[in-house]
Amino acid sequence: MTLRVTMFAIVFAVAIIFFLWSCWQRFSLVTLGRADNRFDRIGLRFVNMLLYAFGQKRVVSGKYPFGWNHFIFFWCFLILLISNTEFLLHGLFPEVIALSYLPQGLYYALALIFDIVSIVALVAVIVAISRRLWFAPKYIDAKTVDAFVILGLVGILMLAFFSLHGSDIALGNEQAAAYMPVSSFVGMLFSGIMPATLETMKLVFWWIHAFALLGFLCYLPYSKHMHILTSIPNCFFKSIDKVNTQTPEVFQKENVYGAGRVDRMRWKDLFDSYSCTECGRCTDNCPAASTGKDLKPRLVIHDIKVNLLHNGGLIRKGKEPQLPLIGGGREGSVKEDTIWACTTCGACMEVCPVFIEHVPKLVYMRRDLVEMQAKFPDELLSLFENLENRSNPWGIIPAERGRWVAEVQAPAFEKGKTEYLFYTGCAGSLDTRNKRNTAAIARILNAAGVSWGTFGKDEKCCGDSARRLGNEYVFDRMARENIKVFNDAGVKKIIVECPHCYNTLKNDYKQFGGDFEVIHHAELISQLIESGRLKLEGKVDAGRLVFHDSCYLGRYNGVFDQPRKLIEMATGKAPLEMKKNRELSFCCGAGGGRMWMEETEGTRINMARVNQAMESDPDTICVCCPYCVTMMEDGLTDIKAPEKVKVIELSELVEKALK
Amino acid sequence: MQIVTCIKQVPDTTQVKIDPVKGTLIREGVPSIINPFDAHALEEGLRLKDRYGFKVTAISMGPPSAEVTLRNAVAVGVDNVILLSDRAFGGADTLATSMVLATAIRKLNEEEEVALVLCGKQTIDGDTAQVGPGIATRLGFQQLTSVDRIEELDLKNKRITVRCKFEERYEILNSCFPAMIAVLREINRPRYPTVPMRLMAQDYKVTVWDNKIMQMNENEIGLKGSATAVRRIFSPDRAKGQILGGDEVQDPEDAARMLINKLVSKNLISLQ
Ligand SMILES: Cc1cc2nc3c(=O)[nH]c(=O)nc-3n(C[C@H](O)[C@H](O)[C@H](O)COP(=O)(O)OP(=O)(O)OC[C@H]3O[C@@H](n4cnc5c(N)ncnc54)[C@H](O)[C@@H]3O)c2cc1C
Ligand code: SF4
Ligand code: SF4
Repeated sequence: MTLRVTMFAIVFAVAIIFFLWSCWQRFSLVTLGRADNRFDRIGLRFVNMLLYAFGQKRVVSGKYPFGWNHFIFFWCFLILLISNTEFLLHGLFPEVIALSYLPQGLYYALALIFDIVSIVALVAVIVAISRRLWFAPKYIDAKTVDAFVILGLVGILMLAFFSLHGSDIALGNEQAAAYMPVSSFVGMLFSGIMPATLETMKLVFWWIHAFALLGFLCYLPYSKHMHILTSIPNCFFKSIDKVNTQTPEVFQKENVYGAGRVDRMRWKDLFDSYSCTECGRCTDNCPAASTGKDLKPRLVIHDIKVNLLHNGGLIRKGKEPQLPLIGGGREGSVKEDTIWACTTCGACMEVCPVFIEHVPKLVYMRRDLVEMQAKFPDELLSLFENLENRSNPWGIIPAERGRWVAEVQAPAFEKGKTEYLFYTGCAGSLDTRNKRNTAAIARILNAAGVSWGTFGKDEKCCGDSARRLGNEYVFDRMARENIKVFNDAGVKKIIVECPHCYNTLKNDYKQFGGDFEVIHHAELISQLIESGRLKLEGKVDAGRLVFHDSCYLGRYNGVFDQPRKLIEMATGKAPLEMKKNRELSFCCGAGGGRMWMEETEGTRINMARVNQAMESDPDTICVCCPYCVTMMEDGLTDIKAPEKVKVIELSELVEKALK
Repeated sequence: MQIVTCIKQVPDTTQVKIDPVKGTLIREGVPSIINPFDAHALEEGLRLKDRYGFKVTAISMGPPSAEVTLRNAVAVGVDNVILLSDRAFGGADTLATSMVLATAIRKLNEEEEVALVLCGKQTIDGDTAQVGPGIATRLGFQQLTSVDRIEELDLKNKRITVRCKFEERYEILNSCFPAMIAVLREINRPRYPTVPMRLMAQDYKVTVWDNKIMQMNENEIGLKGSATAVRRIFSPDRAKGQILGGDEVQDPEDAARMLINKLVSKNLISLQ
């Protein structure tokens, strides 16, 4: 063994041991988290991994053209992984392993590929550095040491690669020189240099390459580039269903609720925190962040990671963590205001290239505040009491709930006879403005001859706000009670007016054994039209009509097309679209229980959304959700929009178009 | 030293209607809640506990179903709860109620010195605001009523300073222990129970004192011990209201205009 091989073997061993030790230190902490089954439907998981990790499907999504640079990086990285493995093995066993020992054709082909890919990677590094220096978008932390260290190391690696091969080519040692255009070019630059000097240069560049490569490896687990190791498995472990619900809790003595400590997150939540690429897209799309709230979803994920690294060791030894997960006032701790600012709109999760699940984490932290500490903004006290004692957010006398029934012909639900329960929800049955939508739906159902009925004053709140606000205990009871009432009454199919009831009845209640066919009025009306039971006349003049997607209907449950089609049928024209539409729609500000909270920090989300709607100079803003109705109407007043602009619920529009 | 808070379970009165024929309250199907004022009395007791380390006992006179209210008190952190329940206590007016409560407090005082009795100013069903002062009188305690703030508490010298809120004036009163304090709702914001505390409270065994334990004279309690009796409960006759119409959603300004004109025409407001 030559001296170089021995020295390299030592350096290599130290680096690899350090790397593996770092990985063990970090990854073993993930097992501190709560159980969460991410090993079902393996086939589908592989497909997701291929599509989203290797295909980078989300990374290159339309809104972020720069994602293509990452795509290039990613594939260069994978290809050069082969080249660098060869480099390391050749360094250890020069007599046994080398590219040139391969059959000639393969050797030349690989030499060509590595040469080309290396120059592409070098260009990508330069593009990335320039972006960070001169064209950085405001949602990323552009000038971090971390980013430049990694880009620098990769750049050095590429330069060392060319210089190393260039020296070899200048020496006339490289058989594949003809297939290595870039290295050959470097070789040409080196052509005047003495062979002895070239030999030394070759050695130096070899060591630079070796140190850059091993340095990169050792640095990896300590930087945001840990995602290189974690994001591929994270796409494998990603939630297969839409993340539109949170895990229930078991209410039993001695149990703790919510995530007041980092180890009370699910293991996947911890793994998520290691997978963040710090791309900042979540923050870029967050309605709270973009209206000046102290919530940057990227930083929430970052703080969880820092907290885990800080406390993980102690927790593993059974000691109390030092840095609180909530309210510690420094990096690695999430502020209470941050936790309350979230509307659970899900925009962050929709754009995250590696499928990090922000909303459940925020809800688990809310659970700790509400359930373990009884600490929450003042406004929520009466909300919680009203939900628990009067089953509606306002504390209105429950008997009032049946009042709307008297205003239209609304039959009572009859066991064994009625097909659909029309579950109107709190806003639909108690809020003056939104009772108009309820009546409209009732009249549409009557016009189509649907067999439907209501519970009238006996209907109870679905519990959505309680759940999103972290009051899982109250939600749990409300859910179980409703499911029992539905089952006892023989309810199989439920029409809902509100997307929040929709999501709760359809997705949350499943966890409690509630198995109902839940349908939003937009979906049902579409079906009725398709089956010819309802006819619309496309003659309603709503002027310029712009459509706003409700988060819980669209992003949460994929209902995008039906409302648009209905609008077209009712008015004869497709709705105008806002810049942020469909999956990338911008929240009205009412979700996640924010409907019941003050919004004092920054500017108001509903005003921001109304302003976005006003960009298309509309006469009508059409929405599909009672909360959106309220928020958009208030928003219009707040921005002092021209009087002519009106908010209309889809059902009202459809009713006007009934033949 | 302990603080005793008196809490009463009341029907959610906004949901109570009067039976026009029988002249009695229709309580059936109406959920019971803690008298809202008493929730504040309880909270103030707990705050004094947090600050000065008092033991807090909650007592309630009522039917066995009032146990729920006491359990909720346990869930927010009360140390000890006692339900005063006996058929013989039934039908009590404010005199008989305060007799029973005072006797219970005297009994508690034998176990551990009672420094303060905290009551709500009034209940939302009986509405008399007599029970607190009644208790103080029977026990010979100082009376501090309409209290909206506790200014100071001097444990060593056993004194307390409170602020009482009356129409257009405040009074700052300083009193020795033992004292009865009847609180207003402005005094604090009641706490919300944590889940572990709620679960603990579910299985909590509420102590019940009946008259075998209380040993009170039959003429002092219940119907017999009441100096007053309800003759009739009725809603005062009222001229039939009028719905002005107008559309508060489509044209709120017009609706407001109609309302203002009506009020002006009745000389209830003036536009000058
Ligand atoms: C003239 C009259 C006759 C009545 N006759 C009857 C009758 O025949 N049958 C009947 O059932 N009721 C009767 N009542 C109702 C009953 O007397 C009162 O509800 C009860 O005495 C308490 O009085 P209050 O509700 O006005 O309490 P208030 O004096 O308004 O209450 C003040 C505070 O005292 C404490 N307090 C009051 N009651 C209790 C309690 N039970 N346990 C613990 N703490 C308490 C609470 O802290 C409360 O905030 C009568 C009431 C009146 C005024
Ligand atoms: S759910 Fe919406 S409001 Fe909450 S962090 Fe994500 S983007 Fe922001
Ligand atoms: S959480 Fe996802 S979207 Fe947000 S910065 Fe990290 S990788 Fe990007």
